[in-house]
Amino acid sequence: MVHQVLFIVFGLICVAGAINLLAQRHPINSALSLIVVMAALSLIYLLLGAEFVAAIQVIVYAGAIMVLFVFVIMLLNAGAEERTRGSRIALFVGVPGVVVLAGTVGWLLVSGSGKLGGVTIASSDFGETHNIARLLFRDFLLPFEITSVLILIAIMGAVVLGKREN
Amino acid sequence: MTKNLNLWVIPLLPLIGAAINGLLGRRFKNAMVSAVALLFTAASFGWAAWAVWTVWPGSGIALPHIETLATWITAGTFSAPFGFYLDQLSMIMVLIVTGVGFLIHIYSVGYMAHEGGYYRFFAYLNLFMFFMLTLVLANNYLLMFVGWEGVGLASYLLIGFFFLKDSAADAGKKAFIVNRIGDFAFLIGMFLIIQHFGSLNYDAVFGKIAEGHFTPEAGWGLFTAIALCLMFGATGKSAQVPLYVWLPDAMEGPTPVSALIHAATMVTAGIYMIARSHAIFNLAPHALQIVAIIGCITTIFAATMGLAQTDIKRVLAYSTVSQLGYMFLACGVAAYSAGIFHLMTHAFFKALLFLGAGSVIHAVGGEQDMRRMGGLRKLIPWTFWVVTIATIAIAGIPPFAGFFSKDEILGAVFHSPYGGPVIWAIGVLTAGLTSFYMFRLWFMTFFGELKLGGVDVGEEAHSAHAPAQAAHGAASHSHGHADDEAHGHGGVHESPWIMLAPLVILAVLSVVGGWVGVPQFMRGHNEIEHFLAPVMESPAVAGEQPAPTVRVLDTTNAPEEKPTNEEWLLADTSVAAALIGLFFAYLFYYKRPELPERITSKMHGIYTMVLHKYYVDEGYGALLVKPLLALSTVVLWRGVDQGVIDGLVNGAGTASQGVGNELRRMQSGNIRSYAAWVAIGGAAIVGYMIWLGVTR
Amino acid sequence: MVPLSWYLILSGILFSLGVLGFLLKRNIITIFMSIELMLNAVNLTFVTFANYWHTHPAVLANGDPVIPLSGQVFVFFVMVVAAAEAAVGLAIIISVYRTRETLNVDRVNLLKL
Repeated sequence: MVHQVLFIVFGLICVAGAINLLAQRHPINSALSLIVVMAALSLIYLLLGAEFVAAIQVIVYAGAIMVLFVFVIMLLNAGAEERTRGSRIALFVGVPGVVVLAGTVGWLLVSGSGKLGGVTIASSDFGETHNIARLLFRDFLLPFEITSVLILIAIMGAVVLGKREN
Repeated sequence: MTKNLNLWVIPLLPLIGAAINGLLGRRFKNAMVSAVALLFTAASFGWAAWAVWTVWPGSGIALPHIETLATWITAGTFSAPFGFYLDQLSMIMVLIVTGVGFLIHIYSVGYMAHEGGYYRFFAYLNLFMFFMLTLVLANNYLLMFVGWEGVGLASYLLIGFFFLKDSAADAGKKAFIVNRIGDFAFLIGMFLIIQHFGSLNYDAVFGKIAEGHFTPEAGWGLFTAIALCLMFGATGKSAQVPLYVWLPDAMEGPTPVSALIHAATMVTAGIYMIARSHAIFNLAPHALQIVAIIGCITTIFAATMGLAQTDIKRVLAYSTVSQLGYMFLACGVAAYSAGIFHLMTHAFFKALLFLGAGSVIHAVGGEQDMRRMGGLRKLIPWTFWVVTIATIAIAGIPPFAGFFSKDEILGAVFHSPYGGPVIWAIGVLTAGLTSFYMFRLWFMTFFGELKLGGVDVGEEAHSAHAPAQAAHGAASHSHGHADDEAHGHGGVHESPWIMLAPLVILAVLSVVGGWVGVPQFMRGHNEIEHFLAPVMESPAVAGEQPAPTVRVLDTTNAPEEKPTNEEWLLADTSVAAALIGLFFAYLFYYKRPELPERITSKMHGIYTMVLHKYYVDEGYGALLVKPLLALSTVVLWRGVDQGVIDGLVNGAGTASQGVGNELRRMQSGNIRSYAAWVAIGGAAIVGYMIWLGVTR
Repeated sequence: MVPLSWYLILSGILFSLGVLGFLLKRNIITIFMSIELMLNAVNLTFVTFANYWHTHPAVLANGDPVIPLSGQVFVFFVMVVAAAEAAVGLAIIISVYRTRETLNVDRVNLLKL
C-alpha cells in the first residue's frame, strides 16, 4: 500500500517533469526539469531495490551528463526558442502516431496486468554493489572493457569536434 | 540439249552501270558518266541479242529455256528461285527493252547534256533497265514482282527527277501510290496462286493448268478471282481505268523518261503480265470479259481527253493510255499475240513520238504549249520528217507499223465472243479520234506561222538550267510544266546528231516493224503470230486439246475459215476512220483554224469537262484522298500516335517523375520530419509485433 | 505490491513524452534532452524487470536461467553509452552552432534534395 502511494507520487513527479520539459521554451528550464525527472527516477529505482543504480543515476546522469548539458547551454547562450515555420509532418503525423502507440501499449499492459503479477521491494542484498560487481567483472567483462574504449573514443571525438577551427 | 546462256548477266550489266554512276558518278565528267551508262546498256543489248539468236526456234534448244541461279526463299513447301525464263514472248520483250532502251540512252546523252544531276539521271535510267529486265526475264511471279515494284521505284525517281519542283515531286508520289494500289491486288493474286498451286514458278503453275485439272466452266471461281486480281494490278501499272491518273502527271519527268518508261517499256509490263498469265485468264471467261470492257473504256475515254490538251507531252500521254487500252482490249478477247504485236509497234512509234517531241521542245527552247508553236516544218526538217512517220504509224495508215497491229486487234475484237461489233465500233471510232488528235498535234506544231515569243524565250530557258531554278522558270509558263529543256541559243535550231540518230533508227522501225505481222488475207504470213503461237497455246502435254471456246484467233488454223471479204471490209473501215480523222484535223487546224474556237464556244460545257479530264482527279481527291487524309490526321495521328503512344511513353516518364517528386519530399533536410518518419516506422514495427503476439 | 504494468506504463509514458519532445521541439539541445529522457525511460524498464525476474525466476528458451541482476548491469552500460553520446553530441552541437549561428534545427537543413 505504501509502495503504491510512493510509486504514484514519484511517478507523478516524473511525468510532471517530463511535461514541463516539453512545455518550457528556454532550454535551461528544460534541463532543470530533466534533472527533476532523473531525481524522481532515482527514487523509483530505490523502490525497486536497485541501490547501486539509483546512486549512479544521480552521480553520473544528473551530476555529470546534465551538468554538461547546462554548461553547453550557457556556453552557447542560446535564447528562448523562436516561433518559426517548422515541420508540419512532425506535428500532424508524429504526434498522433506516438499517442496511438503509447495508448496501445498502455491498453495492452492494463488488460494483461492480472497475468503479470506484481513487483515488491526485494531483499536487501539484491541490488548491492558487490553483486553487481561480481556480474560485471565475470559475466560481462568483455562489454565492460569495450565501454572503456568507447569512452576513450568519445573523449577524443569530443575534443576534435569541439576544437575551434583557425 | 540445253546450253547455259547466263541470262542473269542481262539484268546485271545495267545494275553495275547504275551502281558505278550512282556511287561514283558525282565526280565524273559528263562524258565519263554517259560512257559508263551506254557501255553497260549496249553490253546488255548485245548479250540479249546473242541469247535470242542462240535459242531462236530451229536451233535445237528447247523453249522455254529456264535457268535457275539459286534458291531465294524456302518456306515450308513453298520455294522461289532466282530463275530466268526465255521463250518467244520474253525474247520479244527483252529485245524491245534493251534495244529501245539503248537508243533512248543515246538520245539522253544529247538531251540532258545541260541539266544538273546528269550522273543521277543515268544511274536511275540504268537502274530502271535492271528492274525491267528482271521483270521480263523472271521465271516466277515473285521475281517478276520484284522487277514490277522496282520499275515503279525507278519511275518515281525519274518522274521526280527535278525534285525541287513541287509539281514534279507530287507527280512522282502520285505515280508510286497509284501503282501501289494495283500492286496490292497483284499480291493478293499471287497469294491465291500460292495457295492453290503451291508455287509461283511459271512452269509449275502453267504445267498444272495444262494437265487439265481445271475446266473453264468453273465460272466465278478461283481462276476468276486470280485473274481479276492480276488484272487490277495490270491496270495500275499499265494505266487503265481506274488507275490511269498517274500517267499524264508523269510527264513532269524529262522527255527521255516519258519515252522509255511511260511509252515503250514500263507501262507495257501489265500487258506482258497478262499475256504471260494467259493460261489463267483463259480459264476465267468473266475476267476476260471485264478486261475487254476496261480496255475498251480506256481507249475511248483517253482519246477524248487527248482532243482538248494543249501541252504536246500531255497529248502523247493520253495517246499512250489509249493505245494501252487497245492492248488491254486485245488481251481481253484472248488475242494475246495481237496485243504483244501492238506492244512492239507501239514501242517504236510512241518512243519516236516522245523523243521527237523532246526534239521539238529542245528546238524551241523549252516551250511545251502547242498553241505557241507553229511553222516549225522548215526550221527543223529532220525532226519534222521523223515525227511525220510516227504520226502516220500511230494513226494506223498502211503500210506503216501501226496499221497492221491495230487491224489485227480490231479484227480479233470483231470475231470474238468477248468483243463483238459494238466494241469493235468503239475501237474504230477511237482509231479515228487517235488519228484526229495526232494530226492535230502535227498541224499545230509544224504548220502555220511561228507563234513563239522570240528572244524572251531564251531568258526563261536559261534560268531553267539547273533544277534549283526550275521553279522560277516554271512560273512563267502557262501550265507550269517542267522546263526540262533549255538552251536558249536564241532561235529555233535543229537537234544535234546524237539526238537525231536514234530518231532515225526508230523511224525506220516504225515503218518496217509492222511487216512481221501482215495477216494472211493480205498475202502475208503473220510471222509474229506464228512465232508466239507455241507460247500462247497451253504448254501442252502432247495431244491435249486446248479449251475450245477461247483463243480462236491465236491458233494458226482458224483464219482459213473466215471469208476474206469480211477481213478486207474490216481493214478498210479502220483505214477510212484514220483518213477521216486526218481530214478533220486538216480542216480544223490548217485550212480554217477559226473553226475549233467556234465549236468549243458552242459546246462550252462539254469542252470544259473534257479539258479538265472529266474532273476524275478532283473526284478521286474528294472521294478517296481527302477522307483518307482526314482519317490519318484525326484518328491515326492525333488519336493513336499522339494520344495513345505518346501518351503512354510520356505518361510513363511523367509518372516516374511524379513518383520521384513525391518520394523526394522524404529528403527534406528537415531533421524533425526524419524523426517523424523514424517514429512512424518504429510504431509500425511495434504494432506488428503486438499484432503477432495477440493473434498467436 | 505494485503491479508490474504500472511501472511499464510509466516507462511508456516517459518514452512517448520523449518522442514527442523530439518531434516537436525546435532547439537542438532540447531535442537532445528528449533523447536522454527516452533513455531514462528504458532504464526504468530494465530495472523493473531485474526486480521482477528476481521474484519470479524464469528460464530462457534454451534452458539457461535468466540472470535477474543483468537488468541493472545493462542500465550501467546504458548510462556509459549515454555519457559518451552526450559528450560527442554536444561537441557536434557546438560545432554546428559555430557554423550556422543558430540552434534552430529547421535551419540545419542543407542536406536535402
